Amino acid sequence: MAFDIGLAILVLGVAVWTIAGRDAFAAVVGFVAYGLLLALVWVRLAAPDVALTEAALGSGLTGGLLLAASTRLRRPETTAPGEESAAPLRFAAAIVCALVTAGLVAIVLLLPEPPPTLAPQAAANMAATGLGNPVTAVLMAYRAIDTLLETVVLLLALLGVWSLAPDRFWGGLPGQRHHADPEGVLTFAAQLLVPVGVLVGIHIFWVGSIAPGGEFQGATILAAMWILAAMAGLVDAPAVSRRWLRSMLVAGPVVFLAIGLIGFAIAGAFLAYPDSLAKLLIVLIEVPVTLSIAATLALLVAGPPARMPQQ
Amino acid sequence: MADFLIAAAGFVLTMVALGLVRVLRGPGDADRVMSAQLLGTGGIAGLLLLAAAMRMPAGVDVALLLALLAAFVSVAFAKGAARSEQDEA
Amino acid sequence: MSFALNLLTVLAVCAGAFFFLAGTAGLLRFPDPLSRLHALTKADNLGLGFVVLGLLFQAEGLFAGLKLIAVWLLTLLAGATVTQLIAGTARPSGPRE
Repeated sequence: MAFDIGLAILVLGVAVWTIAGRDAFAAVVGFVAYGLLLALVWVRLAAPDVALTEAALGSGLTGGLLLAASTRLRRPETTAPGEESAAPLRFAAAIVCALVTAGLVAIVLLLPEPPPTLAPQAAANMAATGLGNPVTAVLMAYRAIDTLLETVVLLLALLGVWSLAPDRFWGGLPGQRHHADPEGVLTFAAQLLVPVGVLVGIHIFWVGSIAPGGEFQGATILAAMWILAAMAGLVDAPAVSRRWLRSMLVAGPVVFLAIGLIGFAIAGAFLAYPDSLAKLLIVLIEVPVTLSIAATLALLVAGPPARMPQQ
Repeated sequence: MADFLIAAAGFVLTMVALGLVRVLRGPGDADRVMSAQLLGTGGIAGLLLLAAAMRMPAGVDVALLLALLAAFVSVAFAKGAARSEQDEA
Repeated sequence: MSFALNLLTVLAVCAGAFFFLAGTAGLLRFPDPLSRLHALTKADNLGLGFVVLGLLFQAEGLFAGLKLIAVWLLTLLAGATVTQLIAGTARPSGPRE
């Protein structure tokens, strides 16, 4: 009990400190720390799937994105004093945040006892889907349409990032070329870490059908490993106009959509699975979706195209 | 045993939280990266202790994922800090 | 048997916690970045190492134990890399304070 209170205070403290800080880099460090602590909270609440997602996407990948943004903002010419938001605006934002927090607290505290939940029905019907993990059953069977829409939303986000490229670089390579000493520490570490990371990523994706895990978490690990290899100079980003890259990006949503439409023919509704084929169809969807999401996340962190390939 | 493990987790987390002070004071970005690194390692230790105390094997998977992502984020931070030190120099 | 295992766990985890204490104290009190880095690596290697050792005695099965060791090794590798990268940054400019 004391541990939980201490953890809650720590989370709040880090959150407050992150928003109150002046330096963008320190704030990003605080944000990653906050995500890590939140993952601990989820574990404490016996929600390992959410903890995996929080640690992977909320803390790790978003931390990478924010870091890339903050290093871009460090150049002196981008911090014009006139661009600081006015005090009344910030005050209004604080009021809105406080109201939302109060609303959430009220909802949680005023939940009827026992809280309404669909968990028993979800668990009861899992046998039909052939899955052992109720969270994956919800994501890939009961509410598969939400997952489909999420994959599309990620693609749209990537298009948004690409649209920030200057016209002359459209279709080029994202980010800067990283150079690292081939005999150096980073290269050595990347050569060891990346293969292990890829294995762990595949493991966490595959084990998601019976234990906490799943395609989003596994894909994030794969994306992070690719970015690590790129930072060590071991691989260079592919040009965004390459056909294989674009096929890989859309393969996931396309397969998902296709199987969803087939659902009309074989089971009577969009994204419905006939009982005997459910597990097979789910796996058929999950593999390309994992690859697509890994590619999308890696490209999101890499940024808009910034150079053309050497001819 | 479970209570001891949770107490140990609390202790480790308190330690790394104190290390966050270095993020506040640290004269250079290198110090901030270091306390982030300490937080990552301490977080992983706390997570492993929690997972054992709560008898949740999935917690070790979370720690495994955290270790990999902490590696990724720390390297990114260290590179970012290196670039900013170069810019200032 | 299980009492002996529990005792070993308690001892190892306490040792690990001590090294985390030492690492944090070093990070906060040592005068320059390189010596702070040294303190930090103690927490990484020995702190987490002893905690993992203690938890190995409580682990259920070989695979679980291997996963624990894998977590420690990955953290070691990441820590060593970042330490070298940071040291490379801190050294050319020399001690600042």
